[in-house]
Amino acid sequence: MENLNLILPEIFISLSIMFLLVLGVFKKNSSKITFNLSLFAILITAIITINETFSVTRETLFNQSVVIDSMSSLMKIITLTGGFLVLVISSTYLKTFKIYNIEYPVLILSSILGMMVMISSNDLIVFYMGLELQSLALYVLATYNRDQLKSSEAGLKYFVLSALSSGLLLYGCSLVYGFSGSTNFDIISNQLNSEEYVLTFGIVFILVGLAFKISAVPFHMWAPDVYEGSPTTVTLFFTIVPKVAALTVFIRFLYVPFLNLIDQWQMIIVFLSIASMVFGAVAAIGQTNIKRLIAYSSIGHIGYTLAGLATASNEGIQSSIIYISIYVVMNLALFSCLLMLRRKDQYFEDIDDLSGLSKNHPLLSLCLLLILFSLAGIPPLAGFFAKFYVFKAVLEQSMYFLAIVGLLSTVVAAFYYLRIIKIMYFDKEKDKYDTDHSLWLKFSLTVSTILILLYFIFPSQLAEVVSRINII
Amino acid sequence: MNFPILSSLILLPIVGALFLFFTKDKEGNNLTAKYVALFTTVVNFLISIYLWISFDQSTSSFQFVEDRVWIEGFINYKVGVDGISILFIILTTFITPICIISVNNSVKNRLRDFLIAILIMESFMIGVFCALDLVVFYLFFEAGLIPMFLIIGIWGGERRVYSAFKFFLYTLLGSVLMLVAIISIYWITGTTDVVQLYEIGIDVKYQNLLWLAFFSSFAVKTPMWPVHTWLPDAHVEAPTAGSVLLAAILLKMAGYGFIRFSLGLFPVASEVFTPLIYTLSVIAIIFTSLIALMQEDMKKLIAYSSVAHMGFVTLGIFTLQQQGIEGSIIQMISHGLVSAALFLTVGVVYDRMHSRLISTYGGLVSVIPKYSILFMLFALASLGLPGTSGFIGEFLILMGAFKDNFLVAVIASIGVILGAAYMLWLYKRVVFGKLINEDLKKMLDLNRSEYFILSCLAAPILFFGFYPDPLINTIEVSVTDLINMHNTNIASK
Repeated sequence: MENLNLILPEIFISLSIMFLLVLGVFKKNSSKITFNLSLFAILITAIITINETFSVTRETLFNQSVVIDSMSSLMKIITLTGGFLVLVISSTYLKTFKIYNIEYPVLILSSILGMMVMISSNDLIVFYMGLELQSLALYVLATYNRDQLKSSEAGLKYFVLSALSSGLLLYGCSLVYGFSGSTNFDIISNQLNSEEYVLTFGIVFILVGLAFKISAVPFHMWAPDVYEGSPTTVTLFFTIVPKVAALTVFIRFLYVPFLNLIDQWQMIIVFLSIASMVFGAVAAIGQTNIKRLIAYSSIGHIGYTLAGLATASNEGIQSSIIYISIYVVMNLALFSCLLMLRRKDQYFEDIDDLSGLSKNHPLLSLCLLLILFSLAGIPPLAGFFAKFYVFKAVLEQSMYFLAIVGLLSTVVAAFYYLRIIKIMYFDKEKDKYDTDHSLWLKFSLTVSTILILLYFIFPSQLAEVVSRINII
Repeated sequence: MNFPILSSLILLPIVGALFLFFTKDKEGNNLTAKYVALFTTVVNFLISIYLWISFDQSTSSFQFVEDRVWIEGFINYKVGVDGISILFIILTTFITPICIISVNNSVKNRLRDFLIAILIMESFMIGVFCALDLVVFYLFFEAGLIPMFLIIGIWGGERRVYSAFKFFLYTLLGSVLMLVAIISIYWITGTTDVVQLYEIGIDVKYQNLLWLAFFSSFAVKTPMWPVHTWLPDAHVEAPTAGSVLLAAILLKMAGYGFIRFSLGLFPVASEVFTPLIYTLSVIAIIFTSLIALMQEDMKKLIAYSSVAHMGFVTLGIFTLQQQGIEGSIIQMISHGLVSAALFLTVGVVYDRMHSRLISTYGGLVSVIPKYSILFMLFALASLGLPGTSGFIGEFLILMGAFKDNFLVAVIASIGVILGAAYMLWLYKRVVFGKLINEDLKKMLDLNRSEYFILSCLAAPILFFGFYPDPLINTIEVSVTDLINMHNTNIASK
């Protein structure tokens, strides 16, 4: 008999989704209670997951198709925390657009469920199942503000392109299955015969599918449009949570079954990484919409995360995980600022709307200043340490070209972050924005900014948690 | 464990800044904020003087060392001073209160924020000078970009945005390569602790590339020709206090870095690249002096003269002679005082006439005599007249250079003459001549605070000009030891 305790978080969250759906159907005006209950559900799931972390080192379930280890626990906790905070700061925004409905929390919960399955997957089928569950929920979320043309466009675009990439991914999976005789990661790695060149095709197809999900160049085309069109809170969700899950799958996929084929995939990852870093930095310069800019900036940040993955070492994996954790905090902070740019029930998302913000809202602009410098990777803020760990791992493998290109593109990227700071601090002020923000929004901004600012005092804590992750 | 005096030097300005952050900002001349900032920096200055008094001049090992684990098994927060760095710390703590007194008129709005930026800047600069770990050094070195960017960008002149961006991106571009080098050093030797690295030494085959990576950062910051172009822009557009900080202290970070890291860590590469440094320094001295001659803007002229003076400094460092390096350190201290004073004197007339153009002025001596006398003193100190601290530095550098390379020394000496030319010509055009501009007649002479800060700067310039012993005694043992270490390293390889 399998030890079902290990997948208790997943079971609990599925039951909650069904219950909430039923509740929403049978009870009128139940938006508020659904929101609160789903927050509660995420909280309990997180507690169960944390509890599990202490008792388990590495366990597999269901014919080794699901794996619970320190990486899956950590990534699940990040996913759940991200999801919780996204839900909690969404409500004002959704109410403004009159889309404060029960579907929103249920969809977020289902995509979180999909991601948790992805994170734990040790089998191509399980992984694909999780991926599709989260993608389907995300398609709907992207078009959630359906009265707006842009939102519908975003959802449709995302759906079409994502379906294409899922197709490629599935084709890759079938090739891998054909040549290794199994869909299980562990078995594949044992059966692997590196002479099979067609297997490389399989890997490449799967990598393309995954690169699409984390919007790495050259599979990034959807990101700016979808980020701009989706409701801001959904964009926030897009920028942080699915990336964590996709990165975990990326790590597991590359390092468990295909570690021996490193010669085949390392160059691909290096290319994806360099292309994303450079393109993300250069393309963001001309943007006028903050959400589009964040899309390009997140493409760049994914490039740095991939740089850590390209090293094929435990240090590299750990540095990527540290990077993505700090990236989640920074993006959360950035979007909290963005959600505060509200005047009389209207949200502003152009860079010019930030003009002279420092005169009217000194504290908000100070936070934004710190966040932007941190995103640019200037010490002593958290963003610097994220990059520092990645480049430390990259240089350990003597990949000098990757390190130098990466660091030079941080200089280019610094330019567009500085441009926002310039507009905030050096330009003429506009009208004041509303200041009656919800407590949660203020809370998430304050906490994330303090984390960014004071990370340098306790840099070892995160590193220590991550150092337990040893995939190789 | 002794009292962590260096950490308190670093932290005190931040505490002051935090205190200011929680006070209310008033419009106009916010005296309370100014007093708080002044008090913090003066206390910091006193602590650093105490540091100098209790400093043991007879040893070259690092003193007041603090060593704490920071990132487990990787980086230690390690600070300490030796004879070379202690003078820069005192220079920093001395110049900062002067900056704060001088912000009377140049900063019209958001005075409190300005003071916070200056205080944070001070703490980062002190951190740079006492860091004994490469990563800690890099952290402070780069972190200083944030407050300086804001100082230039928010409180600067008309082209402030352009200048702030140029300053930030130039410096960042130079520094990222240094980061690559620092991490590579960690993987080559297994530590980033400077003291340990001095003992272990770095394999010769890596030294050239690592040296170049450090050089790219320091050359931009020094600034050396041809990457000096950010400096005139940044100087001209920054408010007076910002220019003073930039010229007096920020530029010295690179000179200090050359001595501490380039010479200390990469002795073989330093020998290899000496011709490169000589060439660039000589070009900087001659070329920027000629450019300075043609300037119409006073601040720009002084900015170019800074580039020329820093050319002397880099020249002196890479002579690898006792006199050359000592001369460079004294030249840096002296230039810190003199360029600060010159920017402040320009600030004085700019506050009254709102023009930095030389052609606006002329015949000031009959209107504001006190000002003219002090201005003369600083101009003469800048061109290196015997009896001022500028002379000691330049003289020692040239002495070191003559020992090492005759031709370079001769060309550099021509630079001294050019320096006299542009400085005296500037003085002549501003202070002497006929009083043509009628508006100048209404100018008031120095007020009490201006008189006070300029005298504060004049006193050490003259004192160390006549009696440089305190400076030389402090640095002597450390420099001798550095050169010995260098020579043994070269001999063994």
